[in-house]
Amino acid sequence: MQTDMSIESDANSGSQSSPNSSETNSSAADGSQVVPSPPLTELQPEAGLSTRCVHSGERRQKSEGSITAPIFTASTYTFDSTESLMRFVNGNEQREEYGRYGTPNEKSVEAKLAALEGAEQAILYSSGMAAIVGLLMSKLSSGDEIVFFDQCYHRSREFCTKHLSRFGVVTRQVKTGDFDAMEAAINRNTKMLVSESPTNPHLTAVDLERFAAVGKANEVETLIDATLATPYNIRPVDFGVDYVLHSATKYLGGHNDLMAGVICGRKEQLESVRALRGILGSVNSSHNLYLLERGLKTFELRMQRHNENGQRIAEFLDAHPRVEKVYYPGLKSHPSHEIAASQMRGFGGLITFTIKDADWKQTAQVVDAAQIPRIAPSLGGVESLIEQPLVMSYYHCTPAEREQFGIADNMIRMACGIENAEDLIADLKQALAT
Amino acid sequence: MSHSRSKHSFRTRAIHVGNEVDPQTGAVVPPIHLASTFRQPGAGEWGDFDYSRSGNPTRSNLQSTLTSLEGGCGSLAFSSGMAAIHGVTMMLSTGDHVLAGCDLYGGAYRLLHKICSRSGIDVTLVDMTDTGAVEAAIQPNTKLIWAETIGNPRLSIPDLPSLAKIAKSRGVRIGVDNTFGTPSLIRPLECGIDIVMHSATKYLGGHSDCLGGTLSVADQILFDELYYIQNATGAVLDPLSCFLVSRGLKTLDLRVREQSATSLKLAVWLQQHPQVKSVLYPGLETHPQHAVAKELLNGGFGAIVTFELDAGIKETAKVCETTSLFHLAVSLGAVESLIEQPATMSHASYDAADRAKFGITDGLIRLSVGLESYEDLQADLEQAIAAARAK
Ligand SMILES: Cc1ncc(COP(=O)(O)O)c(C=O)c1O
Ligand SMILES: Cc1ncc(COP(=O)(O)O)c(C=O)c1O
Repeated sequence: MQTDMSIESDANSGSQSSPNSSETNSSAADGSQVVPSPPLTELQPEAGLSTRCVHSGERRQKSEGSITAPIFTASTYTFDSTESLMRFVNGNEQREEYGRYGTPNEKSVEAKLAALEGAEQAILYSSGMAAIVGLLMSKLSSGDEIVFFDQCYHRSREFCTKHLSRFGVVTRQVKTGDFDAMEAAINRNTKMLVSESPTNPHLTAVDLERFAAVGKANEVETLIDATLATPYNIRPVDFGVDYVLHSATKYLGGHNDLMAGVICGRKEQLESVRALRGILGSVNSSHNLYLLERGLKTFELRMQRHNENGQRIAEFLDAHPRVEKVYYPGLKSHPSHEIAASQMRGFGGLITFTIKDADWKQTAQVVDAAQIPRIAPSLGGVESLIEQPLVMSYYHCTPAEREQFGIADNMIRMACGIENAEDLIADLKQALAT
Repeated sequence: MSHSRSKHSFRTRAIHVGNEVDPQTGAVVPPIHLASTFRQPGAGEWGDFDYSRSGNPTRSNLQSTLTSLEGGCGSLAFSSGMAAIHGVTMMLSTGDHVLAGCDLYGGAYRLLHKICSRSGIDVTLVDMTDTGAVEAAIQPNTKLIWAETIGNPRLSIPDLPSLAKIAKSRGVRIGVDNTFGTPSLIRPLECGIDIVMHSATKYLGGHSDCLGGTLSVADQILFDELYYIQNATGAVLDPLSCFLVSRGLKTLDLRVREQSATSLKLAVWLQQHPQVKSVLYPGLETHPQHAVAKELLNGGFGAIVTFELDAGIKETAKVCETTSLFHLAVSLGAVESLIEQPATMSHASYDAADRAKFGITDGLIRLSVGLESYEDLQADLEQAIAAARAK
């Protein structure tokens, strides 16, 4: 790991054989002053998901015997003596140094997320966008190219087309799910393939096995934004995908009360990513990490309800005479139902639907009439949210652009929370009756 | 807002009532108000909040959620469960008499016998599952009956509607500690109980990360009396803890139902384990108040399981020390499972004779079942019992 101290000591000593470093090495070898960290809670490889949510990544014995993680607000961490500092800079002791390079709270939440995702490592960021920026900045250089499936989160694509482009990175976008077009867009400069699955707001599921295979065949790394799916419903690394991105602001935090992002993947591939985060500094406060960790404890329970609510409400809407079309991968009518059903355990809480013979105003009336879901962007929290994509995210687009993105005037997106399905259905029923 | 929500079911209310969108910013989660004091509209004119001991928006939000869940007219959040019980006992005066359950929580026992007694308040303990005995123990100066929806560690379950009827006919107030029951499984105010109390430290907060206590009542005059006491004595819950309890309430129903289902499976498994002498769990037919439990508790029997090992004090202690998922700790009600030996931990302060009288034997183990999967918890107990035997 690259730290300020190690950079300095490299520059000053320049060699391993300086008298100081050999001295500290020998005193570290007798090991008398290194206090080993207490072990992590040991879990069976087949431990249940909630067991991992509650225990993974946490030390069995925490400081003072606390059951929950103490919140470390310290920005910096002290060394007993120069000797102990030397042990650290020589790589003979793993420990904290400075908040931007890691904290005890960050380590335990990263380990928990890695355990849920079935990945070697997880790196946390201050938001989902900070996570994707952190990964792409570390992996792409001038002259490199990146290929997106075009239904990916629009800000991720915008970062590439408007900002990475200034540093000579070329972005190509192809139709979501069109693997031939993706293959055709790949050339020897291509360094990354990106997709979301399922996508937002159309809920298109991408065949992850095929996606990973295209990357492997062309020796290009792959990234899946699995924010909408979560590790409860799918674990992209099991399909051979290199990197998994989550906006932890959504289901992982789960209470609409924090922002965070995470990249999961293999340790070796993430080393440079972690080092760059230490320079860019898009890290979380320990307060925020504690809330994320607390949210993760009920992750499985919440996801079961989100999936159940999503499916039941999608079926209700599908049968409603005022509803024209429902986009939900759990419905047989959805174009990617087959792929979704073959690779996902459930289909999440996000549903998009259109109102029959309604203009944008009549559609807005339905949104306004809903009593339980609040009008707001975002998704994945315990409370349901509702929005009209036309007004919320695509208001400043031209009609032609909206048509290109598949955003209809009569489209509504609902992020189902964990309220009782009966209440949400009754509420939508009255809203659709207006 | 909370009014129009009253038709919604429990889980929906737990998420929405008291979590109304912030009118100034639209924030979907209300802000945490740390302010100790509030700017007033004019001299002698008072806004909704003036000073945080008297009222705080974050505390007020938590109180509205709880009122909606318990089905009362008002709630108060205290700095701990004990502070909440103390709030109730401060309604009493010298010469008054309290009737409390014989397997009362130790802290409440101490409060009544060591603190209230100093003010000349008398206490009698009675088996709350024996309604005849309760009625017979009421004295002319009895002012308060104090029971627990599920007792500890024997998990006794009183017939609350009958107790409420007796209390009402004799003009005595009745309060219930619903910590083990939770409003998800039982709402004592609906049974005619006057005051329902929680150690919010347990299931309401649910994550072992805050202390708190609450009182909810169905009668406005009683509420005003308790509010007056709380404001005058000051044991209010801080805003950060209020936020954590509110956040916990949003998943209360999911947690308690999951934890209850796992507990029932563990109780059934323990029952047939050769080294287990007996299992106490309200969901088992062998439990003395199983019928009452089935009638009163809504779809779950709680997440505390007590069982007696065929083993001495040392071997039992060893089991508690050898689990690799269950943490050895007192308290209960959170996402992580806990294990303890009442004889040496939660009830160690009882003398040997009292322990024997209340069935707190050396081989007794109490589990607080968390969210881990049943298979993992069962395997953990199995290996711990086997390892202790092998020693
Ligand atoms: C699919 C998806 N990816 C990434 C993001 C960005 O995450 P954040 O808002 O946490 O920066 C979002 C949320 O807006 C999203 O929905
Ligand atoms: C049933 C019961 N009542 C009351 C209390 C006291 O609550 P607190 O510890 O929050 O003061 C406890 C907790 O120890 C309890 O288990």
